[in-house]
Amino acid sequence: MIGYVIRRLLLAIPTLLAMLTMVFILVRLVPGDAAVAMLGDRASAQTLQNLRAQLGLDQPIPVQYVRFVTDMLSGDFGRSMTSGRTVLEEVALVLPYTLELALAAMLIGTLLGIPLGVVAAVRRNRWPDYVSRILSLVGLSFPGFVSGILMLLAFAVWLQWLPVMSRASTDPLSHLRSLALPALNLGLIMTAYIARVTRSSMLDVMGEDYIRTARAKGVKPSKLIMRHALGNALIPIVTVVGLYFGTLIGNSVLTEIVFTRPGLGKLILGALQSRDYTLLQGLMVVFATFVILVNTATDLIYALVDPRVSYAQ
Amino acid sequence: MTDFAISQSMPARQSSPVLRALRRNRFAWIGIGLLALIVLVAIFAPVFAPYDPLKQNILHRLSPPSADFWFGTDSYGRDVLSRLLYGARISLSIGFLSVLIAMVVGSALGILAGYIGGVFDQIVMGIVDVMLSFPTLLLGLMVAAMLGASFENLIIAIAITETAPFARVARAPTIAMKRRDFVEAGRSLGYTPLHIMRVHILPNILSDIVVVASLWMASAIRTEASLAFIGLGALPPTATWGGMIREGFDNILSAWWLVVFPSLAILLTVLALNILGDALRDAIDPKTRSQG
Repeated sequence: MIGYVIRRLLLAIPTLLAMLTMVFILVRLVPGDAAVAMLGDRASAQTLQNLRAQLGLDQPIPVQYVRFVTDMLSGDFGRSMTSGRTVLEEVALVLPYTLELALAAMLIGTLLGIPLGVVAAVRRNRWPDYVSRILSLVGLSFPGFVSGILMLLAFAVWLQWLPVMSRASTDPLSHLRSLALPALNLGLIMTAYIARVTRSSMLDVMGEDYIRTARAKGVKPSKLIMRHALGNALIPIVTVVGLYFGTLIGNSVLTEIVFTRPGLGKLILGALQSRDYTLLQGLMVVFATFVILVNTATDLIYALVDPRVSYAQ
Repeated sequence: MTDFAISQSMPARQSSPVLRALRRNRFAWIGIGLLALIVLVAIFAPVFAPYDPLKQNILHRLSPPSADFWFGTDSYGRDVLSRLLYGARISLSIGFLSVLIAMVVGSALGILAGYIGGVFDQIVMGIVDVMLSFPTLLLGLMVAAMLGASFENLIIAIAITETAPFARVARAPTIAMKRRDFVEAGRSLGYTPLHIMRVHILPNILSDIVVVASLWMASAIRTEASLAFIGLGALPPTATWGGMIREGFDNILSAWWLVVFPSLAILLTVLALNILGDALRDAIDPKTRSQG
């Protein structure tokens, strides 16, 4: 078991290296080079030269590559060109807001999505199933910002139940009120996703022999569904929810922009608008590392939960 | 004689049960109908559009929906309905072209990786895994930001984010197909690997790839709208749905029509593609085919 964990962790290393290489190439795709892109065409040759030296762009490509990879691997993700703070400091400043949002959304998604999926599977091809399937298809079709804007219009502008802007507040109630709409927006998209996965996973399990056996032995339907079926159906659901994390972060970027909430989304947008390429590059690495770690963790949890995963190979 | 031997061992192309299942699926027709409508609207935008989508009319700025302007006007006095119709062209063509590129490049990589195997396979799939570990929107955002916003760069950015899934989908059945008798027969007849991949493997996995394409086109249109909303879309004054929402967002408190109509346009298009993709997947998967 420990051997399996170590092997799985080692497997993440080439993935990380390949990711760093990709980011390195992407940043070199900037037309001209990053220095011109940051300072504009009219910057003097001397200023450009200074910035290139500062960014290490005057070095040969292989030297740049080795320096980039060693810096990143030693945890030095670079420094924002505009604020002067390190990328990690920038991320640490806003990460609590994004995590709060993502976790609230995950909570809403799981609490609504799993029951919806179970009902759809149990009442297969009857109206609860159709309603749940149509709802989840609609939910999956919403780009995060579109649903966010429509909810903003409905609940904040027309009904005026909730604030238009989400601001951090020390008062817990108003804090919760400003979290409500963005969390609901992300949560409902996630509900659609989880309901869908739960339905198909439950349908797979309900077709198994041991369910038929349990039913034949007279196990109560409620217990059959909750313990025997859902218990096993949860394994793929956990995996999928873990893998969905990357998409969730992507959607939270848009949600934060719509609801003018501080967070990673606003940080990325700011970096884009000020052409802060070192910050963008660092953020990209931090994001991707985060997703790779979550994927690895998901794999490990899967192995822990499912006794059928063999640790030997 | 040789042709006969091969056609004997080739599996029949199973298009007919799929088409039959698709025909029975009423849900699929909603998707196909909706999509056909949107495509027609995009093609005939100049015929349907009541006004020039770029013509500004300060006298009529921010007027709510009325008999003259069905969907109202924006802050430059441009007709929202006309911009919406022309915007369909941008969204659909970016969605279609980016998925086409991703499909061709991704499937080619997947088939090559599956067929050649070994170190090449490991390298290609390693890169694919890394690309899958980036959230689609963030990867698209980064590429678009690095390349600079334009119609072509947007297509490239979205195509890059969607190449990896196609490689995945094409690789697995290629490996299974590689061991089948008809491929073995082709190989012993001296066909080149390229010929075998093109003539014997590709047609058999094409249906899987097409399903993935319809689902990823939905995602491509979503990504395009999202990038345009962030400000990385085709340059103004070109009408794009995401860009219209971005401009309308500033006036959200006073002019709801600026964001609601383009939002519905995006939603309907993505929904139509998702319905179609789902129906296609059900039709191809033998497990669900019987239920229709």
